[in-house]
Amino acid sequence: MPSPDADAPTSPWVRLLIVLSALAGINYLAWRWIDSVNWSAWWIAVPLVLAETYSLVGTLLFGVTMWRLRRRPAPPGPVGDFTTDVFVTTHDEPLDVVMATVEAARRIGPRHRILIVDDGDRPELSATAAAEGIGYFTRSQDWRSTLPHTAAGRFRGGLMRTDGEFILVLNAGQIPETRILESTLGYFNDPQVAFVQTPHHHDVPFADPLQRQSARLDRVLQQGQDGWNAVTFDGTNAILRREALMHLEVDAYVRAVERDVKRTLAAADTIIRRAKKTAGQGDLVIRTALDGVGLAVDNAWRAVDRGLPLGDITYRFREQVDAASRSLVEADVTTIRADLDAIAALGGGAESVMTAAIVDDAALDALASRDWSPLGALESISTIIRSIDLADDDVAKPTPSAAAEDLATSLRLHMQGWTSIHHPEVLVHGTATDDVHTVFPGRLRLAQSTIQVLLQHNPLLAKGLGVDQRLVYFATMWRLFAGFAALAYIAAPAIFLTVGVMPVHAYDWDLFGRLIPFLILTQALFLVVARGRPTWCGQYAGLAVFPMLITACVAAVSSMWSGRTASTVAPAIVRRGLGLVAWQLVAVAVLVVATVVGAVRLHLGATPILGIGANLLWAFLDVAILSTAIASVRRRVHQSAKGVR
Amino acid sequence: MTEFNTRTIDSGVVIIRPTGRLNMVAAPVLREQLQGIVDGGSSRVVVDLSATEFIDSSGLGALISGLKLTRSAGGDLRIAAPTEQVITVLELTNLNRVLRAYDSADRAFDD
Repeated sequence: MPSPDADAPTSPWVRLLIVLSALAGINYLAWRWIDSVNWSAWWIAVPLVLAETYSLVGTLLFGVTMWRLRRRPAPPGPVGDFTTDVFVTTHDEPLDVVMATVEAARRIGPRHRILIVDDGDRPELSATAAAEGIGYFTRSQDWRSTLPHTAAGRFRGGLMRTDGEFILVLNAGQIPETRILESTLGYFNDPQVAFVQTPHHHDVPFADPLQRQSARLDRVLQQGQDGWNAVTFDGTNAILRREALMHLEVDAYVRAVERDVKRTLAAADTIIRRAKKTAGQGDLVIRTALDGVGLAVDNAWRAVDRGLPLGDITYRFREQVDAASRSLVEADVTTIRADLDAIAALGGGAESVMTAAIVDDAALDALASRDWSPLGALESISTIIRSIDLADDDVAKPTPSAAAEDLATSLRLHMQGWTSIHHPEVLVHGTATDDVHTVFPGRLRLAQSTIQVLLQHNPLLAKGLGVDQRLVYFATMWRLFAGFAALAYIAAPAIFLTVGVMPVHAYDWDLFGRLIPFLILTQALFLVVARGRPTWCGQYAGLAVFPMLITACVAAVSSMWSGRTASTVAPAIVRRGLGLVAWQLVAVAVLVVATVVGAVRLHLGATPILGIGANLLWAFLDVAILSTAIASVRRRVHQSAKGVR
Repeated sequence: MTEFNTRTIDSGVVIIRPTGRLNMVAAPVLREQLQGIVDGGSSRVVVDLSATEFIDSSGLGALISGLKLTRSAGGDLRIAAPTEQVITVLELTNLNRVLRAYDSADRAFDD
């Protein structure tokens, strides 16, 4: 529950800790770059200092996110009589899990309609819904053909079948409190608010610290994001304004049209260049016609660059092409009339007519029209004209991008100037088991689609966002590259302990004297923002699940190139049981061996004692963090074996 | 662009048969062939349009320039068996009053 003083500004102590840890971090890292890198062992020295730079940037971004840490008070009651639809989204959850959420949704406060949105396209669920008198929609039918990169696209079928002003989204297995709407709809009294995200909560806390602390850290982060109006939509437990989603859809449509126009113009450039080459020097008429269309294409490009309305651009393009066509026709008609005059001068022909009567204006227009235009002779040009028409008339054809990107939805809403709310009070209770075989792939997909969002709309450059929002979004994405840094953090102590190669000039007090204050201040900051509860497992989750993050990055980049969607990539790399943490096991084995070797070397009198000791501690911490991931899988495997889900 | 098929019938009339689209690309070819026919001493020419599925202003230009050539040489150019689009274009431009369409290429000069 929010405390009465909840909306008080961020504690000055938190801000002091943010500033101090930033200063300590910059002091340490500046020294690292300038004075400590062991360039002779660059192959490990450079990766390590880059990894440390990555971590410092992450800490600074965390500080930015926490600067306006916000715990909202309860909102006022809703003004007016709102209508709400509840979308229960499901993929492959058992029917009783889906129906449990539906039952709970029925008990929710003000009037509302419930719709099951089934990704799994299951006839038995459809039948159950029909029997219960509940709407059912399977988005696999047409959601791919709509706009998969927006929640509006995801829910399009649902949006078309319902008309509530607000939409509560619940994943199957999430049980809402009956007062969820009364408690949150008041936020929407502000017409700028697009969505209200409520926390994820599991009645049975996650058994392992990795999950539990990650979830705790996520909540703190969302409170920080709330202060900057940069809350991310999680895809469930949120209430969205229909109008905002529809805006997104319109926006996506316009983008798709713009993309089509640009693609067409780019193709036109190539086509004209090629056609000119094949036309050769000889055919003056054809070359002139091509020049005319080329000019129209150039003008269209300039207009696109200037950001003129696309409708105007395509209209003007067509006008110019038509003008080029008309000038060709006029030239032909002039010649025809001259020929007819010459024929008349020869005299005699019974069929001689006044040449003025030949080809009147209407006929000229018809000859210049698109169907009969001489430009049509150039297959290339008629292709261009046709595709410009398509761009104009066709419904948006989105390229298949990442699947269901809820993050992209919030990013786009913020880009359009909408406001987001993180409601701190738990209003939805998760009952679904945190089965590692669904949790890991789920996180993998989330990581992957988040990276794809970064690659597609770089938040640092995204139009319509404030600098603060950009940084907070960037922070979310920045965290997902931790897998690569983890490699350096695992390799550096392992290499030093076994073969003695140092990434720094010396492991001495010059180093520790700068590093330790930074680490202590950072930990203090985390402890304060999390109100004294530990989050270190969450902070270092990137190290614990490093193979997953690297896989996600690689998959995201490769799917960008190949045009496949995130969801089609992820399942292929999902293993079961301990196979999920195979690379963590390898890393632990390497570190354990390195520890033993290091200990033996120390025993045999290797120096420096401080360096070896510090690296032993480092390796030990690595193993401890990696073990949290391994333990979480082992626990689940054990439970599954006992038949407990 | 390959040349169009031509044949000379017993009466000495030359029949040329443009195929496909008589447009900006094909019209210069027809022009040159007509010029060649007249230069070769034949001034009575039939353009058999039964296989011409489309004509544009440049195609019309080629027909009229052929008409001028043959008339200058004391002969005539006639057209035969135009397809639907060609008929429409001829009517629209009033050129059907200049170029009367005959049903059969072989009998276009029978009058």
